[in-house]
Formats: sequence, C-alpha cells, structure tokens
Amino acid sequence: MSALETYPRPCGSYTGLDDIDTSQTSYDFCPMNDIVIIRNLTKTYASGLQALKPINLNIKRGEIFALLGPNGAGKTTLISIICGIVTPSGGEVIADGHDIQKDFRPARMKIGLVPQELTSDRWETVWNTTTFSRGLYGRPPNKAHIESVLRDLSLWDKRNDQLQTLSGGMKRRVMIAKALSHEPIILFLDEPTAGVDVELRRDMWALVRRLRDNGVTIILTTHYIDEAEEMADRIGVINKGELILVEEKQALIKKLGKKQLSLHLQDPIKVLPAALAEWNLALRDDGHVIDYVFDANAENTGIAALLKRMDEVGLAFKDLNTQQSSLEDIFVSLVHENKGAGK
Amino acid sequence: MKAPSFNTHGVWAIYRFELSRALRTIWQSLATPVITTSLYFVVFGSAIGSRMGAVDGVTYGEFIVPGLIMLTLFTESIFNAAFGIYFPKFTGTIYEVLSAPVSHFEIVLAYVGAAATKSVVLGLVILATASMFVPIHIEHPLAMLAFLVLIAATFCLFGFIIGIASNNFEQMQVVPMLVVTPLTFLGGAFYSISMLPPAWQTVAYFNPVVYLISGFRWTFFGIGDVPVVTSLVATLVFFLICLSVVGWIFKTGYRLKN
Repeated sequence: MSALETYPRPCGSYTGLDDIDTSQTSYDFCPMNDIVIIRNLTKTYASGLQALKPINLNIKRGEIFALLGPNGAGKTTLISIICGIVTPSGGEVIADGHDIQKDFRPARMKIGLVPQELTSDRWETVWNTTTFSRGLYGRPPNKAHIESVLRDLSLWDKRNDQLQTLSGGMKRRVMIAKALSHEPIILFLDEPTAGVDVELRRDMWALVRRLRDNGVTIILTTHYIDEAEEMADRIGVINKGELILVEEKQALIKKLGKKQLSLHLQDPIKVLPAALAEWNLALRDDGHVIDYVFDANAENTGIAALLKRMDEVGLAFKDLNTQQSSLEDIFVSLVHENKGAGK
Repeated sequence: MKAPSFNTHGVWAIYRFELSRALRTIWQSLATPVITTSLYFVVFGSAIGSRMGAVDGVTYGEFIVPGLIMLTLFTESIFNAAFGIYFPKFTGTIYEVLSAPVSHFEIVLAYVGAAATKSVVLGLVILATASMFVPIHIEHPLAMLAFLVLIAATFCLFGFIIGIASNNFEQMQVVPMLVVTPLTFLGGAFYSISMLPPAWQTVAYFNPVVYLISGFRWTFFGIGDVPVVTSLVATLVFFLICLSVVGWIFKTGYRLKN
C-alpha cells in the first residue's frame, strides 16, 4: 500500500508505514500533521554512487526542520528529489497529500525552493524575475503579493534593478523572493545563509520565523550548527546518504548532551592520582584543570563522590564550572560515530 | 487551490521571458538578417542575377527569395531554440523550470513556441526586405505561412535537442554551421535541382533540405523540384522525429536531470 493511499488518516490509526525501520529514529506517524512523507527514498547515480540509502522521514506541518550533514552527505540530493530536479531511484515522497511524481502539479505548486547556488538571469530585473517565478508555478499575476514579498525582503527599492547589479546578499534575497512568489506552504532552503553577512543572516532568520508563524513549513539544510540551534524545531542528521538521527532539538540536546565539569586546582599536578581513575578524568592546562564529562540525565552523576575523593587525597580546587554540550559537539560526535561504524 | 490540468500561466511565463530576451537585442537580431539578405540581393540579384535567365519562368532575383528565407530560418530557428534551453542549463536557472509544475509538453511548447515565433517574424522581415529588391508575388499565401510556421517549429525542435545535448556554446554551433548551412546551399536555395546534371540530381534527392525548400518555393510560384505533397510529408516526418527525440529526452531526463 502506498503512503498516498493511506493519506490522510486520523492520528494514531496510521498503519501504512509499518515497514519503516524506526529503531534509530523517533518518527511520529501522524499523517494529518505530516506535510511531507518520505518513504524508502533511494538515489544511486549512473556512476554507481549511492547518494541516498533508504530514507524515511516525516516533516510535520508548520515546523522548521533542519537537516545537518557534512559535505556530500546527501542533503541537496534529498531536497532536489523532493523538488523534482533529480529523479529518485526508488521510494516515494508525498507532499501535502500529493505524490511528487504521479501527482506532480499540485505537489510542486505547494513547494518553494531556494537553491544553494546563486543562479540568476543577470539581465532581468528583480520585479520581472520574481513575477516570472510566480507565473511559472501556475499562479495568476498578483502585484500586491509580489510587492509584499519584495518589501519583506528589503528588495522593493531594487525592484527595477538588473540582477547583475546586486550584491551577493541581495541576490540571495532575490532567490528567496522567487521561491515565495507563488505562496508555497512548504519551503526548502538549501544553505540559505551561505556566504552572507551577519546582519543579513539575522534578517533571514527573522524572515524564516515569520514564515513559520504564517503556517509555512520550512526545511533547511545548513552547515552552521548555530543556525539550526537558533531556529529549528527538529533536527535531522544525514551522513553518507543515511539519515542517522531525527529528533526534537531540545530533546536531542537533552538526550545526547553531555555536561563537563571543570575543576581549577589550587596547585598544579603532573599526573592524576590513581585514586581518581574510576572517573575517567582529563588533565589540561599544564596540570591546572581537571575535566570530568558526565551524563546530566543520570541519576548519579558521580560529582559528589569525585569531590569527596579529591578531598580525601588532598587535591584542593579554587574554582569550578560546568558546560553543556552544544549541538555542534553532538553533530560532530554523531558523524564521527557513524564514520567509525562504517569502517 | 486546485492545480490546473494545463499550466497556462507557466507556459506564458516562459514564452514571454524568451521573447523579452529577444527584444533586448531586437536590433542586432533584425539587422543581421536584413543586411545579409540585402547583400545576397546585391550579389546574386543584381551582379550575377542580371546575367542569368529565368528559372522555371521566374526571374532569378525572385526565384532565390524562398531559398534565402529558408537559409536564415533554418539556422536562426536552431540557434534560437538551442540557446533558449542551453542558457538556463549554463547559468543553473534550469532548476526553476524543472521544479515547477509544468509538464514536459508545456516546457517544449513554451520554449519552442517562443523560438518559432522569433523565426517566423524573422522570415517575414526577410520577405519584406526582399520585396524592396524584387517584386514579390505569392501564389499560395496561406500555404506559405503554414509552411513557414511548420518548418520554423520543426527546426526549433531540432535546435531544442541540440541545446540540451550541447556541453558548451561551440557545440551548439556545430550542426547549424557544419551540417545545415551546407545542406541548404546544396538543397536548391539558389538553383533548381533540375539545373544539376542527372547524376547529381539523384544525389540531391537524398538531401532532406531539398524537400523543405521545394515545398516553400511551391507556395510562392506554384512550382517545385518535388511535388508539394512530398515536401509536406518530408517536413512532417522530420517534425515527428524531432518530437520523438524530445519526448525521449524528457522521459529519460537526458542532460536535464541526474
């Protein structure tokens, strides 16, 4: 049974995706809430490169989903398949209830794409290229909407300028304006802030939040972990064509986040006392600091026992601080683990 | 919002975009064929043509008008359509067309339609230019227009294929320069096939361009190297072959999709 045949169903009674391996991810099979359903999607290029191993993923309506992964992980391939630019080798994708291949018209009308590359018709004006995109997606002219989009992106004053006269940041805004011209409800942003300055980056984050507040579902790929940390509701990590994790951002940080306790010693030591071996400590800064990594969610973190033992062996400290793992630490750790497992 | 069964706005957007691209360089686009046609008439019409007798009862200057139109129409149709689809591939903007809710038929209709429109306008401009040098009498004006549109559409489809298959701008020019132009010169653009020695006449009939020029010339003078029905069938066959290749390209995604 295809995902489309079972779509939509009330939450809790969805049984069409039984064959999906949920062991490594926490999927929420609630199709009424899932605006994009990706089922067993694979892509193998003619060269034999397997860009995507079977991918199963549900994107919730109205969320900001960040797809993280190193270069060549398959992020752009995944987005390109959903948007119709790359042909999948297998599997299916349902966008707002429409199969992207069999029912491509309504599916694509609901999707907007801001590609990674800054591609533009250099001699076209901002206004013309944006209205062109709206028409291309089958929507009748709507000057008021185009004006609103251009104003939102601070492009209104540039509407009669040719694209070749714009800066890189402005061109990036034009790409977003084109993607929003046909009023999509699903927006793919492929590395949206690559190569833009800090101010524009902040502007874009604000715009993405406004879009989400207006009901647009946003799927973004990024290299900037802080971007995902700042904006995403859920995080997916893809590596070597394999979706290795999908999780709520906060839950992910909580679940996988390690905390580190750093103890600044009164007097430096050359080696760690054998009596402290069970804590697996690390000594740094010429023996001035002891680091202890612990699981913040564990019932017994071991901190009290460590401090007691240090007192017993006469190791005094003058200061201490704790640090939570960032999303970047988690990402690096996951990708590293995945690499190790792949060997 | 219900998706339309035919994306009229999408087709119109591509068509208008392509025409506006041509309008940006309208004077260069028109000046070249007008000057070239004028020079052909100075050389072949006045200098050489004045010393030549009538061909099949038609003055030589008048006789070469259909051939001249075809000569430009073939190359410009190919180049316009090839450039139209190659340029977005080159700049990367093709992603937008491929991800839009436009069917393969609509994409071809828009790109080939825009290129064919330009070619037909160009053909009519050449005709108008020729009329300044020789008196023009068109025996079957509607058939002339129909042939003009059909041949323009056929060569635009051919150009569309070349544009998709090309990896660079040089490759786009290979077929028009090395194949189409020589075949046009050898296809009776400036002479009647009956003027060739019998052996060469047989060879000439293997040249598909002969049938196109002959059919178009028939619409002007009511005479041709081959029966007009044969010309029409040959043009339609070429059209269908190109259409089939374009269909295959979209089905397989050849040079368009990974």
